[in-house]
Amino acid sequence: MPTRLRKWSLLLGAAAFLMLPLASRAQLTTYDLNTRIGMESHVGNITGHAKDAKGDYRRYCVVCHGELGDGNGEVATWIDTPMYAKPRDFQLGVFKCRSTPTGTLPTDQDLFDTIARGLDRSNMPQWSTFTKQERADLVAWVKHYSPRWATEKPGTPITIPAEPEVTPERIKAGRDVFARVQCWKCHGVAGMANGPSASTLTDDLGRPIAPFNFTDGTRPKCGDTDRDIYRIFMTGLDGTPMPSFADNIKPDEAWDLVFYLRTFMSQKSKEKEMAKQLGLKPVDPNAPAGQQ
Amino acid sequence: MKKRQNYALALSTVVLVCCAALILGQKVNAAGEGKITGTVKLDGPAPHMRGIDMSKDPYCSKAHATDPGHLETYVASANGGLENVVLYIADWSGAATTSTAVPVFDQKNCMYTPHVLAMDVNETFKVQTSDQTAHNIHPLPNPMVNVGWNQSQPPGAPPIEKSWKAVEVIPVKCNIHPWMNGWFVVVKGPYATTDSNGAYTINGVPPGSYTVTAWQEAAGTQNQKVTVAAGGSATADFTFKAK
Repeated sequence: MPTRLRKWSLLLGAAAFLMLPLASRAQLTTYDLNTRIGMESHVGNITGHAKDAKGDYRRYCVVCHGELGDGNGEVATWIDTPMYAKPRDFQLGVFKCRSTPTGTLPTDQDLFDTIARGLDRSNMPQWSTFTKQERADLVAWVKHYSPRWATEKPGTPITIPAEPEVTPERIKAGRDVFARVQCWKCHGVAGMANGPSASTLTDDLGRPIAPFNFTDGTRPKCGDTDRDIYRIFMTGLDGTPMPSFADNIKPDEAWDLVFYLRTFMSQKSKEKEMAKQLGLKPVDPNAPAGQQ
Repeated sequence: MKKRQNYALALSTVVLVCCAALILGQKVNAAGEGKITGTVKLDGPAPHMRGIDMSKDPYCSKAHATDPGHLETYVASANGGLENVVLYIADWSGAATTSTAVPVFDQKNCMYTPHVLAMDVNETFKVQTSDQTAHNIHPLPNPMVNVGWNQSQPPGAPPIEKSWKAVEVIPVKCNIHPWMNGWFVVVKGPYATTDSNGAYTINGVPPGSYTVTAWQEAAGTQNQKVTVAAGGSATADFTFKAK
């Protein structure tokens, strides 16, 4: 009898073990992935091939981003939000740093830039140690994780007009934009990430996330040139609470806002000096809309 | 394994029903369209809906000075009529709806009006704001089904026109006002949403046999079979139990 029981329980156990993959949430298998291994990327005149990135990914990326690209690598559990962002789930095809409008796929160049730049305040370092070819291959590899690239095309990158000269008038105008679209709701009136809504923010997967603090000397996640900052608020950071302001800020006003945001940053800048001379005060959150 | 068999059974039933509906639909296209009406009720007293503390945004709390905001998971009338229930035809195989009215999702007094917005696949809908405080409109679909987006709507922002490409129940939120939550219910074919008395009418239904589904955000879904005669009206009443 005991042997029989043991046999049965063994059999049941084996059956349950075999059923496990069915119960798990994973929507993707290595079989699916192999069907997409032919994925390519095009960055400038370089063509990247997913199949060539396998070794680099296994060696450098898999520990965070995971075998299936779902952001569940073995160290992912130890990365705590909101201090550090969790590794991206490549299967979803949702990316923060894009030159394309909200709700569209990024371009190959966007992914290439993110790999090279790294993401400040996260565990994603700058991978400028890779050659351009290796980086392009990795872009193709990242793309092969999401079925979205099979059915959708990347969005059309937004047009960024040439940067105008900084003037005190533009900084003042930027302050008006800051007040009108109410950036301070999350980022705070002085850009210190302490707006009334800052503490309740969550990302698309429900994990706590903090708004960018302009004053602590760190860099914005998607780049710190003036053009990067322009792009960040006009495209939004998909997957996070940061929306796109493309419908509500005109291109010229957008440059004004970039200049005003610079006045918060701890780094020395022309904008900071001008704001000091102007004696600019933070916006008043209690002023009625349109009256600053 | 049994589950899989059940799935196979369900799937083949759906396929069969679809085929039947297709054939039926072709036959009677010339006949007048009918409608499906009914009432959705809540069994027993409505659960207590927690109040919302809007003090974080003075504009919002001022707008609710006399009528404090509360959650809208169950909105029931005195006689038990359940609001915000979406009714649609689960086995619809006809053409897309040809309604000319554009569904509108408004951000008003830091709440979504309506709380639930139903729409057909690929139907254009509009998102607008009536508030003097900034919102961001952030639908959260499954990226494998529909593509999400996140757009700002500060005071005076122009309306946004959008559509969804696939059937899905999509939660909507505003990150600035964490209590704001609503739903986009994307279905195939004609649909209706219950009014404050729980009443609904699905118009433009060609004669035939259908499965009507009622969706409630917390109580789930219920199905009922109805037969619509040419130019006639079928009735399907539903009763939900609060969970």
